[in-house]
Amino acid sequence: MSQPLGLDVRWPLGLLFTLIGLLLAGYGLIYDGRVPGGQDMAGQPMSGLHINVWWGMVLVVFGASVLWLARRAARAGAVATPP
Amino acid sequence: MKLAAIDWVILVLYFIFVLGIGYALKRHMRSSEDYFLSGRSIPAWVAGLAFLSANLGAQEVIGMAASGAKYGLATSHFYWVGAIPAMVFLGIFMMPFYYGSRARSVPEYLKLRFDEKTRGFNAISFAAMTIFSSGISMYAMGLLLNLLLGWDFTVSVWVSAGVVLLYILLGGLTSAIYNEVLQFFLIVFGFAPLVFLGLQDIGGWAGLTAALNDVATSRGYEAGAWTQTWSMTGEPAANPMGVEWFGIAMGLGFVLAFGYWCTDFLVVQRAMAADSMSAARRAPIIAAVPKMLFPFLVILPGMIAIGLMQNVDTTGFSLPSKADGAINYDLAIPMLLMEYFPNGMLGLGLTALLASFMSGMAGNVTAFNTVWTYDIYQSYIRSGASDAHYLMVGRVATVAGVSLSVAAAYVANRFNNIMDMLQLLFAFVNAPLFGTFLLGMFWKRATGHGAFFGLVSGTLAAALHHGLSLPRGSVVGVKGGWLDVMQTYPSEMAQNFWTAIYAFTACFVLTIVISLMTRARDERELVGLVYSLTDKPQEQGVAWYARPAPLGMVVLGLTLILSVLFW
Repeated sequence: MSQPLGLDVRWPLGLLFTLIGLLLAGYGLIYDGRVPGGQDMAGQPMSGLHINVWWGMVLVVFGASVLWLARRAARAGAVATPP
Repeated sequence: MKLAAIDWVILVLYFIFVLGIGYALKRHMRSSEDYFLSGRSIPAWVAGLAFLSANLGAQEVIGMAASGAKYGLATSHFYWVGAIPAMVFLGIFMMPFYYGSRARSVPEYLKLRFDEKTRGFNAISFAAMTIFSSGISMYAMGLLLNLLLGWDFTVSVWVSAGVVLLYILLGGLTSAIYNEVLQFFLIVFGFAPLVFLGLQDIGGWAGLTAALNDVATSRGYEAGAWTQTWSMTGEPAANPMGVEWFGIAMGLGFVLAFGYWCTDFLVVQRAMAADSMSAARRAPIIAAVPKMLFPFLVILPGMIAIGLMQNVDTTGFSLPSKADGAINYDLAIPMLLMEYFPNGMLGLGLTALLASFMSGMAGNVTAFNTVWTYDIYQSYIRSGASDAHYLMVGRVATVAGVSLSVAAAYVANRFNNIMDMLQLLFAFVNAPLFGTFLLGMFWKRATGHGAFFGLVSGTLAAALHHGLSLPRGSVVGVKGGWLDVMQTYPSEMAQNFWTAIYAFTACFVLTIVISLMTRARDERELVGLVYSLTDKPQEQGVAWYARPAPLGMVVLGLTLILSVLFW
C-alpha cells in the first residue's frame, strides 16, 4: 500500500525541497542576499532580514521531514509485505 | 530585475525533478488503466493535493491576485462560497457514483446513467475546451515571461510544452499527479514569503486596511469595500464587483462552482484515481482545507499591490498600464516578486509560477487524452481493440493534445477575439451542466432524452441571456447584447452569474418535464448510478476523521468562521 506505483511521491518532494533549501541558505550566507539593498520601499531598514538564509532553512526542515516520513513508510511497508 | 546564476540553478533543478519523476514512473505504465487512471492506486492525501493543484494553473494564481487588486477581499467568494461547499458536496454525495460506477471518466458516467448522445455532447465539448484552455494558459505564460524577463514567446511556449509532453508521455496521469504535488508546495513556499514581506512593508493588516480604505473612498465606495466580503453586497452598486448577495450565493456559489468542481473531469479525474472509495471521497475534502486558506496566499498579494500603489508617493510601487491605459492588474504577483525577492528567492518564486503554468497545462492534457481515448476513440472510432492499442492511442493523443495546445497558443496570440468567443461558447455549454448531474444522481426518473435536451436548452438559454444583456459601459458584441439589449448589468461578473442562473434553471426544468414525458429506464439498470438505488458506503468502526461526512462538516464550519471574521 505504501508504494503502490514503485515510487513514493515523498522521495522526490522531500529531496527537491531539501536541495532548494540548501542552495538558498548557502547562497544567502555567501552573498548576503538581503531584501534589495537591505531597505524596504519606504527607505526603512527591514531589520536586516536575510530572507534567503531563513527561508532556505525552512525549506530544508520541510524537505527533511518529508524524507523522514517517506523512510518511515518504506520501512513499515517492508515489514508488512516481505518480498 | 535580472536573473542570477542561483535562480537558473533552482529552475533547472526543478525541471530535472519533473522529468525524473516521469522517467521513474515509466516502467509502471503497463495498461491503459495505469496510464489514464493511475491504476486507481493514489493515496487520499496525494489525490487531494493534486485535485487542488490541477485547478491551480497560473491563470488561477495570476487571475485571483488581479481580482484581489480589482475587487478586494470579496474575491474570496470564489473560495468560501464557491469552491469549498462544492468540493465537500462532491466528496460526500457525488463521488460514490463516479468511483462506485467504475466509470473511467465523467462523460462515461453520463453514458452509463443516461445515454450515448448525452455522453457524446459532453465528451466532445469537454475535449475541445481542454485544448483551448491549455492553449490560452500557454499564451498567457509566453506573454508574461516576455514582459517580465524578455524571454522569447516561442522559446517559452515550446520549452514548457516539451517538458509537459515528456513527463506525461512517460508517466501518464501518475506523473501529472506527482508533479501537481510538487507544484502545490512550490506555490505555498514560493508565495508565502511574498505575502509576509508585503504585509510587513505596508504596515501589517492595519496598514493594509488603511491603504485599501483610501482605495475604496477614492473610487466612490464606502471604506471597507476592499477588505470585507459580505457587508457591502446589499446592493450591486455598493461593491466593486457590482453583484448583490443573491447573485453571488446562487450564480457563483450554487450554479457555477458546483458545475465546475463537481462535474469538470479535469479535477474529478484526480479523485477518481484514488486507491479506494473512501480515499476518493476524502480527496476533495482534504483539498478543501488548504483551499480555504488560499485567499491569503493568492488574493492578498493583489490587495497589497493596489494598497502600495495607492500611496505611490511614499512606496514608489505601481502597476504598469496596458496599451488602452487601464491598469494591468495581472502583473500584481509578478511585480511583487520582482520588488521583494532578492536573487535566490526570485528563482524560487519564478519556479513556482512556471510550475503552476505547466501543471495547468498537464491537467488539461491528461484529461484530454483520457476523454479522447475512452469516450471518443473507443466509442465512435474503434471499439473492441486490445488494451495495448488504447494505451498507444492515449500516448498519441498526448502528443496531439500538446501540439494542438501550442497551435491554440499561437491563435490566441494572433486573434484575441476568437479566443474570447470560444471561451464564451464553452461557458454556455458548462453553465447548465450541474443541473444534469444533480437530477441524474438524485432523481431516478430522469431519462436520457430529458438529460440531453435539457442540456441543450440550458446552453441555448445561456446564449440567449447573453445575447440580450450587456454589462454597463461595454460595447455590443463579445460582451453581450448581440440580439438586443434588454437588460443592463452593473458588471461583467453580475452578467456571468445571471447567465449561469438562467442556464441552470432552463436545464433543470426542461430535464424534469421531458423526463416525465419519456419512458423511464428499468431501475435494475440504475443500481450504483442513482442515490436512492445505491447502498450507502459502510463506515462502521472508521474513525470520524477518516469519514467524509464529519470531515466535510468540519471544513464547512471552519469556512463559516472565516466568512464571519471577514464579513
